[in-house]
Amino acid sequence: MSAPAPSMFSAAARAAADRLGLTMGRANLEAFADTVLELARDDRRIMAVTSDSRGSGKLGPFGQALPDQIVEVGIAEQNLVGIAAGLAACGKKPFATSPACFLAARALEQVKNDVCYSDVPAVLVGISAGVSYGALGSTHHSLHDFAALRAIHNLTIAAPADNAETRAAVRAAAAASKPVYLRFGKAAMFDLPAGDGGPFVFGRARRLRDGRDAAILATGETAIHALLAAEHLAEQGIACRVESVHTVKPLDVEAVLAAGRDCGAVLTVEEHSVHGGLGEACAAVLLQAGVHVPFAIAGLPDADTVTGSQSDIFRHYGITMEGLADRIVTLVSHGRQR
Amino acid sequence: MTDRDLARKSIEYRRDTVRAIMRAGAGHTGGSLSCIDILNILYNRVLRITPANWSDPVRDRYVQSKGHSVEALYVVLADRGFFPKESLDTLCHYRSPFIGHPTRKVPGIEMNTGGLGHGLPICVGMAIAAKRDGHDVRVVTLLGDGELAEGSNWEAAMAAAHHRLDNLTAIVDHNALQITGPTRDVCNNEPLDAKFAAFGWDVRRVNGHDLAALERVLTHRGPAGVPVCVIADTVKGRGVSFMENVLKWHHGVPSAEEFSRAEAEFERQLAAWEAAP
Repeated sequence: MSAPAPSMFSAAARAAADRLGLTMGRANLEAFADTVLELARDDRRIMAVTSDSRGSGKLGPFGQALPDQIVEVGIAEQNLVGIAAGLAACGKKPFATSPACFLAARALEQVKNDVCYSDVPAVLVGISAGVSYGALGSTHHSLHDFAALRAIHNLTIAAPADNAETRAAVRAAAAASKPVYLRFGKAAMFDLPAGDGGPFVFGRARRLRDGRDAAILATGETAIHALLAAEHLAEQGIACRVESVHTVKPLDVEAVLAAGRDCGAVLTVEEHSVHGGLGEACAAVLLQAGVHVPFAIAGLPDADTVTGSQSDIFRHYGITMEGLADRIVTLVSHGRQR
Repeated sequence: MTDRDLARKSIEYRRDTVRAIMRAGAGHTGGSLSCIDILNILYNRVLRITPANWSDPVRDRYVQSKGHSVEALYVVLADRGFFPKESLDTLCHYRSPFIGHPTRKVPGIEMNTGGLGHGLPICVGMAIAAKRDGHDVRVVTLLGDGELAEGSNWEAAMAAAHHRLDNLTAIVDHNALQITGPTRDVCNNEPLDAKFAAFGWDVRRVNGHDLAALERVLTHRGPAGVPVCVIADTVKGRGVSFMENVLKWHHGVPSAEEFSRAEAEFERQLAAWEAAP
């Protein structure tokens, strides 16, 4: 008896997107699958490794086009990552693809030992990440993956914001000689502005907009909401910097410090628990550098996650244009009272 | 090397392993001694892995899943020329790459292991890579019997048969003892041969201290498309009378006095070897 899920973009948010000239792209997951197939056609080392996840990973066409370059392991995430490590140790470039919730927890020891500690160039692809599987409940949510994986040495952790960042991240991961974790949602994404130019590089945030009243540091598919919030706030005379912090580790320390030094407040945004993710990483950078600035972390609270679709959950916790704009107004006013 | 010389190697490997553990003040004595004969046959008769072909992608692969028995592997690799024997004097020392579990910082080690239940999935990946590349490469892993309680082994066992990995061999060092006690009392995994057979493997049983039998079973390729499981019945602490089947030697470290007694036993074994035809 479920009603159609309301969009996570209100009419006002869609109007803001129109003003910015943004158009709706596809799911980042689809951009990932297309890109990895395109790369694998020219590079036999590239393999897709799936745990009964080729459908959800949009890798059906990959399997049909390149049957010698896909490995199916069944519903067995530990095996998925162990096998990927073995393939990588023998010169292959595996993209081990599984829902982020399982990949980052059930196979955590394989990620730690077989991939990162053994230092083999496997790519771990967490699909349908965050609360993409909203109504399926917490078993299927990955609000812990950044936290779990950030504590593991030798792993690049990236959550691209849009299709263009996704394509670039997949190419960068394919070229990397070190382990990489990529995180993708399954909802269609707006294409974001090209930003300040320059090639996509892991560990270098992409500035989508500039302003000095506040900075919003957003990772993954929350970046669009940050950008819309900045557009919304501009009408109220609050100018925001927006950074797409696609790489959670290694963090773009310079961009984080610049946000704290240049702007009147800093808000971080992530589709993740407020514990152990982008927000706490940024807080640690700012505090240890002696940068004191009104600061808040927007994410999923340490609580039983509310039930509903991804859109419902985003709106409930204020990971929307309106919700983030409210957080900024509060932060900026606190800053002015100081 | 003659078969006769091979037998001498096992005695020397055992002596050097116990000495290295005694000097380091740390190590897994019992499990190292149970797998020495297996490693002897693998590195001297079966595997095409030498310092000369170490960077060749078409080399065989060995992953020691029971990583805690690394001291035995170090001794064998040193003997095979991967690094000087004196390197083992730094075992477990500050900043030494020779730590208590295998790492790729040591020449001759393929993968970092130590957490149990990891070697077999990794080897499934390696065997698939060799198959897809059309490389004639054998992939071998050494499992402890206690570690078979880790479910990841059975995920990998299922996948190995499904992917028809006849280039993969899993050897179980079946010494029947783990840190808490006899494996059958801790969490019984018998009958192991029937379990692997049910998962679609070609299962062989061998006395893990009979070098000739080990060589026969490890050089004989199995049916096409079927991975091979060798259950090697072994004795934990093998070769030192007071260590055999005694639980405390799982990670017991011999004192200087205990080492002297063990060394005297090895000397007698070498003398018997000299006297034998």
